[in-house]
Amino acid sequence: MHEASLVMALFDQIDRAVAAHPRARVQEVHVRVGELAGVEPTLLRTAFEAFRESRGRPEAALALIEEPAEWACAKCGDAMARGAVLQCACGGAARLSRGGDVFLDRLELEVPDV
Amino acid sequence: MCDTCGCGDANLVSVDVHQSLLSANDAQAAALRLRFTGDGVTVVNVMRSPGSGKTALLEATARAFAGRHRLAAVSGDLATSHDADRLARAGVPSAAITTGTTCHLDAAMVERALQGEIGAAARACEYFFIENVGNLVCPAIYDLGQHANVVALSVTEGVDKPLKYPVMFRHADLVVLTKVDLLPHLPEVSVAAIRDALARVMPEPELIEVSATKGAGLDAWLGWLEQRRAAALASRCEGFGS
Repeated sequence: MHEASLVMALFDQIDRAVAAHPRARVQEVHVRVGELAGVEPTLLRTAFEAFRESRGRPEAALALIEEPAEWACAKCGDAMARGAVLQCACGGAARLSRGGDVFLDRLELEVPDV
Repeated sequence: MCDTCGCGDANLVSVDVHQSLLSANDAQAAALRLRFTGDGVTVVNVMRSPGSGKTALLEATARAFAGRHRLAAVSGDLATSHDADRLARAGVPSAAITTGTTCHLDAAMVERALQGEIGAAARACEYFFIENVGNLVCPAIYDLGQHANVVALSVTEGVDKPLKYPVMFRHADLVVLTKVDLLPHLPEVSVAAIRDALARVMPEPELIEVSATKGAGLDAWLGWLEQRRAAALASRCEGFGS
């Protein structure tokens, strides 16, 4: 289950991102998972919930956005139907225009009064 | 005021990150690739299901390249060093990366392996093969510093593997269809159907049919490797010129 490895990398990213707010509590972690990112959202959530306490972020909630895959012709830009042969009528090859990555988009922090 | 919604809560802060969860791995892989390219080493990441015939393919590659090109390899496996031992017997300096319960290799594992005995051979060879863990899911998304991704798919796995594992085949630069000498015994397996499935998940599908035991298709595979090596070396020259 590589989702566990990804979640460890995610908590490393969170640590770096909140370094400027050492007293902050991370409330929400917004992650975008592409359909062809090779990541199973349910397993990512399970791993996140399993590790958040030990990684010092017990209040953090994972907000997942699932992004469908979209292919388009690299040459003319035409969209390609799901499951179709990835070769455009114009002769161009397809490229994945959306849904191929897993991204940490943003964090919502609660920063106590100083 | 809260930056996100303007709700007036002074204690809420929104921090934009916009970074891939794989960014740390990708940075380490990019550094590895730069080093390999500088050393004139072409790195091939071989992914596959268990039992696809990938070690037999690399043994046949070693025999065919003997005296022409120097090879080295690392083999990722959950347990045992059997694959690395087989390659060593075929004359390829090899090391095992035993991953325990981890289902894939990442750039850090490759880096650690290179700090061991295999490091010197890996820098001095022309082709460095990374035999990934036998798994068509997890290894696909990890950049290891390779110049090319190859998926070994055997004819005994049926025709719909590409459709079932689209992420793996999307990342492939080449699919080597192995064990094609068994096709006469598999009337339900058609190479045309495999090619059709590939065309639906792999943007620029490239497939070479090989029998490592009978030697069929090996010339095409070796030619493809040499082509990739020429491209990697050309990129090195461009890098030095810029």
